[in-house]
Amino acid sequence: MKTFKRGIHPAYHKELTSGSPIEDAVLPKRVVVPLQQHAGTPCAPLVKKGDEVREGQKIGDADSFVSAPVHAPITGRVKDVAPHIHPAGARVLSVIIEGDGASKEEWKEDPSAPDAERLSAEEIRKVIREAGIVGLGGAAFPTAVKLSPPKDRKIDTVILNGCECEPYLTADHRVMIEEPEKVVQGLKIIMRAVGASAGCIGIEDNKTDCADSLSRAIAKDPRIGVILLETKYPQGAEKMLIKAVLRRNVPLGKLPLDVGVIVNNVATAVKIFEAVRYKKPLIDRVVTVSGNGVKTPKNLRVRIGTAFSDVLGQCGGLSEEGEREILAGGPMMGVAQKNLDVPVVKGTSGITVVAGASVKPIKYEPCIRCSNCVEVCPMGLMPYRIADMGKMGMMDGFKSWSALACIECGCCSFVCPAQRPLVEWIRVGKIRLRNSEKTGSM
Amino acid sequence: MADTVEDVKEASGAGEKTGIVVSSSPHVLTTENIPRIMYSVVAALIPAIGVSVYLFGLRALLLIAVCITGAVGSEYAVQRLRGKPVKAWDGSAAITGILLALTLPPGFPFFGAFLGSVFAIVIAKQIFGGLGYNIFNPALLGRAFLQATYPVLITTWVEPFASAWGVDAVSAATPLALMKFEGRLSPHMALFFGNVAGSLGETSALAILAGGLYLRYKGYINWKLPLGYLGAVAAFGGIFYLINPARYPDPLFHVLSGGAMLGAWFMVTDMVTSPTTPSGQWIFAVAAGVIAVVIRLFGGLPEGVMYSILLMNAVVPLLNRWTRPKVFGEAAR
Repeated sequence: MKTFKRGIHPAYHKELTSGSPIEDAVLPKRVVVPLQQHAGTPCAPLVKKGDEVREGQKIGDADSFVSAPVHAPITGRVKDVAPHIHPAGARVLSVIIEGDGASKEEWKEDPSAPDAERLSAEEIRKVIREAGIVGLGGAAFPTAVKLSPPKDRKIDTVILNGCECEPYLTADHRVMIEEPEKVVQGLKIIMRAVGASAGCIGIEDNKTDCADSLSRAIAKDPRIGVILLETKYPQGAEKMLIKAVLRRNVPLGKLPLDVGVIVNNVATAVKIFEAVRYKKPLIDRVVTVSGNGVKTPKNLRVRIGTAFSDVLGQCGGLSEEGEREILAGGPMMGVAQKNLDVPVVKGTSGITVVAGASVKPIKYEPCIRCSNCVEVCPMGLMPYRIADMGKMGMMDGFKSWSALACIECGCCSFVCPAQRPLVEWIRVGKIRLRNSEKTGSM
Repeated sequence: MADTVEDVKEASGAGEKTGIVVSSSPHVLTTENIPRIMYSVVAALIPAIGVSVYLFGLRALLLIAVCITGAVGSEYAVQRLRGKPVKAWDGSAAITGILLALTLPPGFPFFGAFLGSVFAIVIAKQIFGGLGYNIFNPALLGRAFLQATYPVLITTWVEPFASAWGVDAVSAATPLALMKFEGRLSPHMALFFGNVAGSLGETSALAILAGGLYLRYKGYINWKLPLGYLGAVAAFGGIFYLINPARYPDPLFHVLSGGAMLGAWFMVTDMVTSPTTPSGQWIFAVAAGVIAVVIRLFGGLPEGVMYSILLMNAVVPLLNRWTRPKVFGEAAR
């Protein structure tokens, strides 16, 4: 079975939602749309308080290349344009829209939309950018930028990431089962945009059912294949995926396009298809709501801007008593939330509630040099060592032991028998390094 | 609009208390922890303890009990004195006590054993900062201390099933001493099952192997370490056997006799004092195995396991530095 070196096998708990078809969430009466939901330049608002907006209307954009516009997820009136808490932590300028909870646009195949096969690469990128599409796997990098490789880089392969290696999350899994044609069509559009001759969809072998649905959708296109990969975390990390599928190593500090590859999430491909064929901007996404702290785990298609509390309420609310962590994303790389007012954003692949005995202890013990972290680090680092350097501010060593190569997947912290928060300390080190390089002092 | 989790819970009819925790990712962890690892090692030592009691009687058990008491007691005392959290019950001190006892002759004085275990904990472990910070294997450093302080008693052995109590003990030679000083080889089967003179835990290779394989099964020891050590002992010892079978013992004798098995499965594999890198682990284990054979064949002592491991313990920080794994995507260094 194809895979990468090292990594871990956490308990996946996917069975909670892997068999649950995607449901449309109740149309929210109020949405909070942050003007930055992507990596890059924040958008400036295009609407002001009191404006009427229509579902799908662009409400924020930026002049910068590395950015993605945002659109009104519902029809209604702009209540305010004000800073609002964002799942990434900070307060971000957001457009707050209130609607009647009923008016809906119908998005379907638009007869006036040109056939994707007749669009030029440049036109495809323009559609993708205008639709505000970003990577839906979590990093939320503007897709139009990703699909604009420099002229001197030949892209031969597009990989769609269907690994979904985070425990609990099944949104991509359901998308591949329920909308395989859109995934495959989206892949073909991406291949056209970057001039790639081959495309493949990498999935872990715990999702063989979507291998069948995808293979049927691919039909007999010889350029495209489904690649089964070992179920192992973090198989969905870009570099690990490229290694597993193509046996290519992305050099340190380089990008996938430097080895001729572009990786996109399967859900992103669906959005690209919808942007081209339905002229539909990115205003909703599938979110897995799961965890042992959720009463009725579900896969929900949620409008961007819907509050976490609203989404959780539609899943029966929180179940367990006692301690809990409410995460934007999965348990390995998700961000803990303390305020359930936060909106679902483009990068919210799941809402996971870890509760009760599953909540990790805060206490940690001394490192016993068991080397578990070294044995699982997919990047080949020595986590216990760089974590200590990061914690203690030993920036020379931190850099020379390649701490900047850390992808923060969390394997090291996961396996540590002393419960040491290794990734946290590595993050602290990275911030220290950034600050010291800014000020020019150590 | 819901301001906190309260509103959600009100809506869903859940309880009153919130208890929202906010932490840095990852938010789920393995269920492994240090006490579980340590007590698994203790459990893995039970077969060896059982055989030592079977061969040498109740005195063996008492000797082990004395060492555990000395080790755990002094760990507790030091942690109290230093004002540190008391973790004397995490199993690591108990392991040191048991391992030290298993390296001692059955007739070794109780007071000396107690002293050795206190030395192992206080000097070899706590002075360095406690669990995780010690450079040398505490049990082995404790034994080295006893070798210096009780040079005669620590090499006074008794035959199995003979009384180890006091004056009427009949002193006997270990298989390695017989080999070295008299050129006589003990039969392999006796070595494997343990029916030979020796320290409590170096007699039965079978009992130690059972414990070691259990730890391997639990994933608590890295297979490179025992394999590298025993492999090097057999291969390097084997070279001399091939050169002169009349003078040098065969590889299997090297592996089964003395402390090679105990060292390979329970001391070379000590997490704290072995390297953390894959190639460092190979170098560490193989070099220690070679040193053990050199001492056995050419040194002044019949047995070299203890010093082989202690010497390589000292090199571990350097090995970790020199054998950094290749970073993914890094050009060859």
